[in-house]
Amino acid sequence: MKQLALVIDLNVCVGCHACVTSCKEWNNAGAAGPLSDQNPYGKDPSGTFFNRVQTFEVGEFPNTETVHFPKSCLHCEDPPCVPVCPTGASYKRAEDGIVLVDYDKCIGCKYCAWACPYGAREMDQQEKVMTKCTLCVDRIYDELLPPQDRQPACVMACPTNARLFGDIHDPESVVSRAIRDNGGYALMPEWETKPANHYLPRRKTGYEE
Amino acid sequence: MRPAWSVILLTTLIGAAQGLFLAAFAVDFLKANSAKTMVIASCAISLLLLAAGLVASFFHLGRPERAWRTASQWRTSWLSREVIVLPAFMGMVFLYGVLHVLEVERKFVMTAGLAGVALCIALFVCTGMIYACLKFLQEWHSALTPLNYLLLGTASGCTLAVPVAVLTFPQFAGVLALAAFSIGAVAYLMRCASLVRNARLRPKSTPATAIGIDHPRIVQKAQGFMGGSFNTREFFHGRPDRVVRAARWAFLILAFPVPAWLLGWGGGSLQAYVAAFAIQFAGLLAERWYFFAEARHPQNLYYQSMA
Repeated sequence: MKQLALVIDLNVCVGCHACVTSCKEWNNAGAAGPLSDQNPYGKDPSGTFFNRVQTFEVGEFPNTETVHFPKSCLHCEDPPCVPVCPTGASYKRAEDGIVLVDYDKCIGCKYCAWACPYGAREMDQQEKVMTKCTLCVDRIYDELLPPQDRQPACVMACPTNARLFGDIHDPESVVSRAIRDNGGYALMPEWETKPANHYLPRRKTGYEE
Repeated sequence: MRPAWSVILLTTLIGAAQGLFLAAFAVDFLKANSAKTMVIASCAISLLLLAAGLVASFFHLGRPERAWRTASQWRTSWLSREVIVLPAFMGMVFLYGVLHVLEVERKFVMTAGLAGVALCIALFVCTGMIYACLKFLQEWHSALTPLNYLLLGTASGCTLAVPVAVLTFPQFAGVLALAAFSIGAVAYLMRCASLVRNARLRPKSTPATAIGIDHPRIVQKAQGFMGGSFNTREFFHGRPDRVVRAARWAFLILAFPVPAWLLGWGGGSLQAYVAAFAIQFAGLLAERWYFFAEARHPQNLYYQSMA
């Protein structure tokens, strides 16, 4: 069975936030939208995003590394957010493993967000329903788009090609090969959620001082 | 976690309602038909509290008009189960009260009462398991969570039953006061056991497992935005430590020691018993607030720094 996922290469990500703005642009206008903003130009801005790029510092000065870390829904193979939903609005698609929210069934009780250890879900303040990354489900199957464009908006936008998209259950897919060849790993393995999205670790390139 | 007043009120109000029903049924069971007035009064108060809790719960929802959909996922969701059991329990409390008013044959009354007890226990379990089933909220993921919902709710309901008995069935007020004292003591001990357990917890998730880099020193420099977000609001209580400590002391003093003193040495007056319940209920509001504030969600590892 297919399991679509993103593989994010932390060795390549430069933290430019292009994936964040591209995601917001596509999904604000697409089937998953609107992703509302509150007070966007005011004192205390807030808004709904499916994807965030965070920055961590690893090590102690002067031996530090700056790690830019994009985070979105990991489309877990055993998603803890799905069984807790009282209405069935939160579900995992059998055909491709994408975890989605049916906005017409969601009552905005936030229980699924409590049940996600990664903080991948954001409640939209205007729509009063839970939202999350859809892997651009309204793009990737759109036959009106040229085949090379049938990818999530974040993947299309990444200037360094740090984001790969594909089926991790197909051993010959670009994502499976990247995970296999470069030590791809999942986040918080201690909770056994089996995230579909994987991260590629920082690696020595030979260009370091 | 950020304590939501809608959920705090829901769980404390229905807990007291359930305990009051259990106390009334116990009196009815022991004292046959002589407790009729007390049972009817208790059922009425219990229903009022349950309805108030239900109303409070709607304020937790973004789309309350769709609440009817919540009954559909009972196979997997404890929240869905609670949504089914709560109105079923309300219906049974109503029926049990009405059967008393109509003075129906006792075997029918007892059948309704026993069904009410079963639904009452089921409701405690559902409410507690909503929290206990979330395994990465380590403070909640324990058998103590549903047990404490059961014991604290029963204790507060028993305390409420004492003034009700003073007005409607005075010869039983002393026994109920003793029951409220005893159950309150057990509930207090188990709640303290939960505090001790949680103080010893070590978070399984660390910055290292959160971003998958094996290093003891990982510091977040930016969480990706300069303002707030759902993640920074919903999962942090946002209060200084002293407020959290004050809430803990408040419930440690108000949820049992003060009401216990009023129950035992308050002179047996109606005012003392009403005060015992009011103070205990205030203590349980603080307890529930602390229950949420104490829980550390692993997602917070991703939201440590604003810059």
